[in-house]
Amino acid sequence: MIRLEKRPQPSRLWTIVTPLLAVVLTMVVGGIMFALLGKPPLEAIRTIFWDPLFHPQFAGYSRPQLLVKAGPLILIAIGLSIGFKAGIWNIGAEGQYIMGAVCGAAVGLAFYPSESVLLFPLMVVAGALGGWAWAMIPAVLKTRFGTNEILVSLMLVYVAENILASASAGWLRSPEGMGFPGSRNFKQWPAVFNDELVANTGMHWGVVAAFIAVIGAYALMARHIQGFNIRLTGEAPRAARFSGVSPVRIVFLCLGISGALAGMAGLFEVTGPAGQITIDFNSGYGFTAIIVAFLGRLHPVGILLAGLLMALTYIGGELAQLMLGLPGASIQLFQGMLLFFLLATDVFTNYRIRFAKGELA
Amino acid sequence: MATLLSIRGLTKAYPGVVANDDVSFDIDKGEIHALLGENGAGKSTLVKMIFGLVKPDAGEMVLDGAAYTPGKPSDARRAGVAMVFQHFSLFEALDVAENVALGMENPPKPRDLARQIREVSETYGLPLDPTRTVGTLSAGERQRVEIIRCLLQNPRLLIMDEPTSVLTPQEVEILFKTLNKLRAEGTSILYISHKLEEIRALCDTASILRRGKNVATIVPRDVTARQMAELMVGASFDTPAARAGEKGEVLLRTDKLSLPAPGAFGTPLREASLEVRAGEVLGIGGVAGNGQDELLMALSGERLAPAGSIFFKGRDVSRTGPIGRRDAGLLSGPEERLGHAAAPNMSLTENAVLTGARREGLVRGGFIDWGKSKGFAEKVIERFDVRTPGPGTAARALSGGNLQKFVVGREILQNPDVFIVNQPTWGVDAAAAAAIRQALLDLAAQGAAIVVISQDLDELMEISDRFAALNEGRLSPARAVSELDIEKIGLMMGGAHDMEVAHVDS
Amino acid sequence: MDPVLLVASIMVSATPILLAAIGEMVVEKAGVLNLGVEGMMITGAVIGFAAAVGTGSPVLGFAAAALGAAVLSLTFGFLTQYLLSNQVATGLGLTLVGLGLSALVGAGFEGVRAPGPGKLWIPGLAEIPVIGPMFFRHDFMVYVSLLLVAGVWAFLKFTRAGLILRAVGEDHESAHALGYKVVRVRMAAIFFGGACAGLGGAYVSLVRVPQWTEGMTAGAGWIALAIVVFASWRPFGVLIGAYLFGGVTVLQLNLQAAGANVPVELLSMSPYLITILVLVVISARGVHGAPGSLGRSFHASA
Repeated sequence: MIRLEKRPQPSRLWTIVTPLLAVVLTMVVGGIMFALLGKPPLEAIRTIFWDPLFHPQFAGYSRPQLLVKAGPLILIAIGLSIGFKAGIWNIGAEGQYIMGAVCGAAVGLAFYPSESVLLFPLMVVAGALGGWAWAMIPAVLKTRFGTNEILVSLMLVYVAENILASASAGWLRSPEGMGFPGSRNFKQWPAVFNDELVANTGMHWGVVAAFIAVIGAYALMARHIQGFNIRLTGEAPRAARFSGVSPVRIVFLCLGISGALAGMAGLFEVTGPAGQITIDFNSGYGFTAIIVAFLGRLHPVGILLAGLLMALTYIGGELAQLMLGLPGASIQLFQGMLLFFLLATDVFTNYRIRFAKGELA
Repeated sequence: MATLLSIRGLTKAYPGVVANDDVSFDIDKGEIHALLGENGAGKSTLVKMIFGLVKPDAGEMVLDGAAYTPGKPSDARRAGVAMVFQHFSLFEALDVAENVALGMENPPKPRDLARQIREVSETYGLPLDPTRTVGTLSAGERQRVEIIRCLLQNPRLLIMDEPTSVLTPQEVEILFKTLNKLRAEGTSILYISHKLEEIRALCDTASILRRGKNVATIVPRDVTARQMAELMVGASFDTPAARAGEKGEVLLRTDKLSLPAPGAFGTPLREASLEVRAGEVLGIGGVAGNGQDELLMALSGERLAPAGSIFFKGRDVSRTGPIGRRDAGLLSGPEERLGHAAAPNMSLTENAVLTGARREGLVRGGFIDWGKSKGFAEKVIERFDVRTPGPGTAARALSGGNLQKFVVGREILQNPDVFIVNQPTWGVDAAAAAAIRQALLDLAAQGAAIVVISQDLDELMEISDRFAALNEGRLSPARAVSELDIEKIGLMMGGAHDMEVAHVDS
Repeated sequence: MDPVLLVASIMVSATPILLAAIGEMVVEKAGVLNLGVEGMMITGAVIGFAAAVGTGSPVLGFAAAALGAAVLSLTFGFLTQYLLSNQVATGLGLTLVGLGLSALVGAGFEGVRAPGPGKLWIPGLAEIPVIGPMFFRHDFMVYVSLLLVAGVWAFLKFTRAGLILRAVGEDHESAHALGYKVVRVRMAAIFFGGACAGLGGAYVSLVRVPQWTEGMTAGAGWIALAIVVFASWRPFGVLIGAYLFGGVTVLQLNLQAAGANVPVELLSMSPYLITILVLVVISARGVHGAPGSLGRSFHASA
C-alpha cells in the first residue's frame, strides 16, 4: 500500500526537482500524444524545444522571439506570483493586460503626432494605471463586500475584451485606416514605437521591465517586511492578523502590483510587437502567465526561467505547426499538461511516499 | 463481578516512541474504570486500539469471552463499544438528529430517530432538542449529542475521553448522574481523565499509564489524590515558587468592553471589565467557547474595540492595532499555536519576526535583518529550552510543547509590560508546563501585569492572584484566589455573578 | 417581442448553465472547489458534438459528453484528492487543459452540422395555448436538467448518502473520525460534477448554437460557479440563478437583434457585469451556507 507522510518541512531538493520532472513528464506524454496524432514524436519534441534556438535555418528568426514572448509572460507572472503567495487569486490578468494596452494607447494617441520624448514614458505610466485600475475593481469588491476575487477578475476579462472590441472598431480606430478596425500603427510613429533596443535580440523595453520586476520582486519577497507580510498572509492568515498585518492592505497591494505589471506588459506589447490596438492583439498571455507563475514555484528566478521555457513552447509550437503540420491547439494542451504535471509532482515537496503493508508494519 | 473487556499485553510503537508497552488490565461489567495519565502517557493510543482506529503491534483483547480485534470503528460499534471523543466529531451546520444519524450504523427513519433522541435524553437527564443546529449549542450540549449518539446503540462499553474538560462544575454533576445510572444498568465505562478528585468521586477502579506502561491498577477511593499523582508523574518536578510583594499601578484596564461575534459560531463580548496591576497575575477561567479567543483578540488588537473600552497605562488603546500595542509594551499569546501564534510552514526565525520585528529591532528601513532575526530566535530557543535542530526548522515540525515554549518565550523575552496569554500550557507535558508557569510568575515578579486565560482551573489557582470567569462573553468581577472554593468558582463559571457577590457581602 | 418565444428561449439559454451549476453545487457540497467547470464544459461540448456527428444520435452525443467530461474531472480529483494539490490551481489547470484538448479534438469539426435532439411534445400539455409552447415543447435535455435539480434536492435532503456527502463537505475531519471515506465520497461528487458540466457543454454545441467553434462556451462555466454562490448552495437557488441569467442573455441578444440604440459591446458584456453585480449583492449580504471544508485538502494523518 502506498501512503503519504507529511514532511516536517518542505523539501528544498524537491522544490527544484519537481518543475524539471514536470517538463520531462510533459515531453513523454506529449510525445505519445503527437504519436497518436500521427506525427513523429521525437522530431516534434525536438522541433519545439531545440530547433527554435539552434536550427540552422530558423533559429535566426526565432531566437529573438524568445525574449519578445517571454517578456510579457514574466512581467505578468511576477505580479501574479506575489498575489498567489498571499492567497489572492487574480486570474483576470488578461483583462488587466488589455486595459493597460487600451489606456496607454489612448493616452498616446491623444497626443498624436507629438514627437516628445516624454510621451512614451507617459504611456507606460498610463498603461500601468489602466491595469492597476482594472485590478482595483476586484480588490475593492473583495475588501468592501467580501466578493470572491477569482470570479470577479475573470468576469472582467470578458468585459475588457468587449471594451477592446469597441476601441478597435470605434473610438481608437485609425482615421487613416479606410474604415478597417484597428488603431494607428505605432511602428510608424518613432516617438512611441517600442522597438528592439539591440537589433535581432528581441530585447525591447518590456523585456527590460521584466528583468527589473524579477529583481524587485526578489528583494521584496526575500528581504522586505511587506514581502514577509504577503507570505505570512498566504501561509497563515490568522497569524498575519495577530502580527498586525492588515488583510485589506495586502489585497490592495497584491492586486495593485499584479494589475499594474500586467497593464504595463499590455502597453509594451501594443506599442512594440503587436504594433496597434486590434480586436485580437492580446494572445492569452494573461492566462499563460498563470502557468508560468506556478511553474516558477512563485519564485522570481524560477519565473524568469519558466517564462523563457514557456516562450520556447510558443515559438516551438509555431515552428512545429509550420514544419510538421501539428495543430496549433496542441501547444495549448501541452502547456496545460505542464501545469498539471507540476501540480501532480508537487506532492513530493511536502510529503514523503511510503510503501507499507497497511497498519501492521 | 464478571469481566467485560480484558486487555492483555497491548503494545504499539511509532517511529521513535513506544506509545503503549505491554499494557494489561480488565474492565468489569457495570464498573466505571478510570484510565489515568499525563499528556503523552499513551492514553489516546490505547483507546484508539480499543475503538479500532489503530491496530496493536502485539497483545490481544477479549470482549465478553470472545477474541476482539476491531479493524475499524464500525467493527467496534457493532461489538457494543462506543466512544465519546474529547474533540467532538460533530458537524456544526447540521442538526442534532442528522449528527446522531451519522454516528449510527443503521439509523432508523428520521421521525423515529427524533422520537428516540427525545426518549433517551429524558431517561438519562440530558435535555436536547433533535431539530437544533449543532453550531448553536454550547460545549456541554454538544457533548450530550455525542453521548446520546452512543447510548442509542445500547453499548456494553462506553469510552469517554476527558469528558469534563468542557463542562462547568454543575454540568459535571449532571454528567456524573447519567454515568452512575448507566453503571447501575450494567454498562461498563472507560473513563479517561487526569483530574484526580473527579476519579476518586466517580470511578470504581483506575489504571494508571506512565510513558506507555501500565504502572498500577488501583481502587481510587482507597488512595489519596497525592498518591495517584505520584504514580502518574513518577518523579517530582518543580512547582512554581510562591510569590509575594506589592502590586503596583493598574497597567491594563477594560471598561465594559463589548464586541460582536467574529463569525457565525463565535461569541460576542458583553461589557467585559477587568483591571490588572503591575506584578499581578489575573486568571480568567471558563468553559471553552465562552469568549476566550474573542477576549484575547480584542486585547491583542487583532480586532479593534470601540473607543474608550481598553486602556493601557491610562491611555486609550482601543483603536490601536497589534503593532501599536506591541510598541507600547502590550504583548499577547493566542491559544492556537499553529496558524495563529505561529505560521506552520515558516521557520522559527521567520516566526520570531512575526511579533519581534519592531521591539527587537529586526527591521531597518523596511528591510529585514535576517542575521539579527536568527539571533533572536536562537535566544528564545536557548532560554526556553526549545528542543529543535535549529532556528531554520519549520514551526510545524516542533512538538506541541516545544512550539508552545517558543511562542510564549518569544513574547516574554521582549519584556512586555502587560502580557495576555490564552491556554499557556495546553497539551504541554508536566515539566514544560511547570517551566512556562514559572516564566510567567518571574515576569510578574519583574513588574509586568499578566492575564492568563485558561480552562485548567488547577493552573489558574496555582499562579493567579485574582480570578474571574467568562460566561457567554460576560466577565465576572475578579475575586482574590484565596477567598475562592470550587463551589464559588462553579457559580462564577456558570454565570451567577451577582449571587456570588451577595453571598460574600453577607 | 413575443413573450411565448421569449420564455421558451430563456429556458434553452439557461439549460447549459443550469446543468453545469447543479453539478458543481454537489461537488462543493462535498467540500471540493473545482474551478475547472469551463474546461469540463468545453470538453463536453466537443466530445458531445463529435459523438453526435459520428453516431448520428444526439442522445449518444450527450452520453459521450457526460462520460468524457467526467473522466477528465477525475484527473482533477486524482490530483487534489490523492496528490493533495491546491484546488484553485488545479481547477485553473483543468480549464486550460480542457480548452487546449477541445481545440485539438474539435479542429476537424468546424463548420460541420450535427444532429440536434428533436423537440418533445408532452402529450396533452403541449397543446395548451401559451403555456404549451412556453414550457412543454422543448428537447429532452431541458427536462433532464429540471429533473436533475429535483433529484439533487431530494438526494441531499432525504437520503443517507446525501447526508454523508454533506457531512464530508462540512467537516472532513469529523467525517473521517466517524469512519466515512472522505476521498471516495469526494471523487464520486467530482465525477458527477464533471458529467453534469459535460452535459451542459454538449447542450451548447448541440442545441444552443448549434455547431462547434473553439472556445464556444465563452465563460459559461465561470458563470455556473458564480450561480452556485448566488444560490447559497441550494438546488432551487441554482435553478433560479440559471434562469435569471438565461433571461439576461436572451434579453441582450434580442436587444442586439432589434438594433437598440445601445453599443453592441455594452450589451455583450452585460451578462458578465450582471454576474459581478449579483456576486456583490450576495456577498454584501454575507455568504450563508458555504460548506465548512470547501476548498481544503484532506489528508488522514492517523
